[in-house]
Amino acid sequence: MMADPPIDEILDAVTRFLGGLAAAPAGRDAYMTRVAANALSIVRRELTLAARADREEVERLRTLIGQDGGLEALDAALCEALRAGRLDEMTPGLLEHLKRSALARVEIDQPRYRSPSPARR
Amino acid sequence: MNPGEIATALKRLAPTLRPGGGEIRDLARLSGGASLETWAFAVGEPGHETRMILRRRDDQVRDGGIFSTSNPLATEASLLNLAARQDVPVAGVIHVCESDDGLGEAYIVTAIAGETRGRKIVADETFAAARQLLAAQCGQILARIHAIPPAAAPVAVSDAATELSRYEAIYRRMNLKRPILELGFRMLSRRAPLCASPVVVHGDFRNGNLMVQRERGVAAVLDWELSHLGDPAEDLGWLCVNSWRFGAPDLPVGGFGDYETLLDAYAAESGHRIDLERVLFWQAVGSLKWAVMTQMMVAAGRAGEDGALERLMIGRRTSEAELDLIVLLESLA
Repeated sequence: MMADPPIDEILDAVTRFLGGLAAAPAGRDAYMTRVAANALSIVRRELTLAARADREEVERLRTLIGQDGGLEALDAALCEALRAGRLDEMTPGLLEHLKRSALARVEIDQPRYRSPSPARR
Repeated sequence: MNPGEIATALKRLAPTLRPGGGEIRDLARLSGGASLETWAFAVGEPGHETRMILRRRDDQVRDGGIFSTSNPLATEASLLNLAARQDVPVAGVIHVCESDDGLGEAYIVTAIAGETRGRKIVADETFAAARQLLAAQCGQILARIHAIPPAAAPVAVSDAATELSRYEAIYRRMNLKRPILELGFRMLSRRAPLCASPVVVHGDFRNGNLMVQRERGVAAVLDWELSHLGDPAEDLGWLCVNSWRFGAPDLPVGGFGDYETLLDAYAAESGHRIDLERVLFWQAVGSLKWAVMTQMMVAAGRAGEDGALERLMIGRRTSEAELDLIVLLESLA
């Protein structure tokens, strides 16, 4: 049976509620309410975006380090290879992989966060 | 200590703080982490009071060595005095507490009015005029800080290699598996510049630690707890980390100015020019450090200290620091 209402909808409702509370300033409480609302927004985006981001990241990692496994194990293997110097910034596809992974996480954690344009660094 | 105990201790101290002493009024906790507290208060009768700031570290609360690099508050107070002698805008030290004062490790300074919130300084219309001044002021002020006689400053030397190995040790201790940080430690350690003559660096000079006034710009440089002897470019790089641009990423200096203005003003005051490449190296170190710091705050949140949700959510800023770092590493590679 389908869950009804879906958690997406529940999370959206709580986010709106908490966001509304924050409009009435009461010092620390208002600030913490905004933090809570933001936390729920992250949960919301993660539910929508994480499965695909994880899948793509795992695919790239398998190509990059030539071994199989889940995201956690592959990330650990990549860290080990970088630390030991078996892979480095000259490894084809490495920098591209890391940048795409970072962009995908920022899209979940803080979609309004912007990198400087290339000329400004 | 609770507010009542602090008020009592301040009341006893009042004659030392201000000729004739007076009532302690408007005592309020401003901010601070688990162990470092900042309190605002006034001494004297309404209309004739003097506003002051108390900084104190509660020796009952230990922070598990996470911020073990922080200077003792008495060191911070002597740095404020040394900085004032170089015409660096700082709050004037009124009193460094002794154990008899009953306030623990603490000092008291003049309160300086202004705004410290980075987003407001970057975006608020009423700060538009100040924003035109800030980058050049930062260059000039940093040159003056770096001109403090190193022998007079009671702080340790930490160059690029030392800073990197300290943060890598913290990263290892937390048992994290984050490939961008792993690559950052490797690439930046290989490129760590030597620092032949270390200068006094502030260590946390950024938008958010500057008291800014609408008409005059920087009115005071705050938070000297990470000051050490090191590479002058460290302070310039940290000021330019994207996380301190508060939504204005194309204004690299704190979200209010450009590199040229900062470097020109620094050169004009100090007589020597810092290379942009060296600033960018330190900017990358800064993003790496900020990534590790965000995870340190998560660890502190999990340990059940104050503000668990807030600290936990700072962990969702690690990705911003990693993105900034990988962009900078790409340009180094």
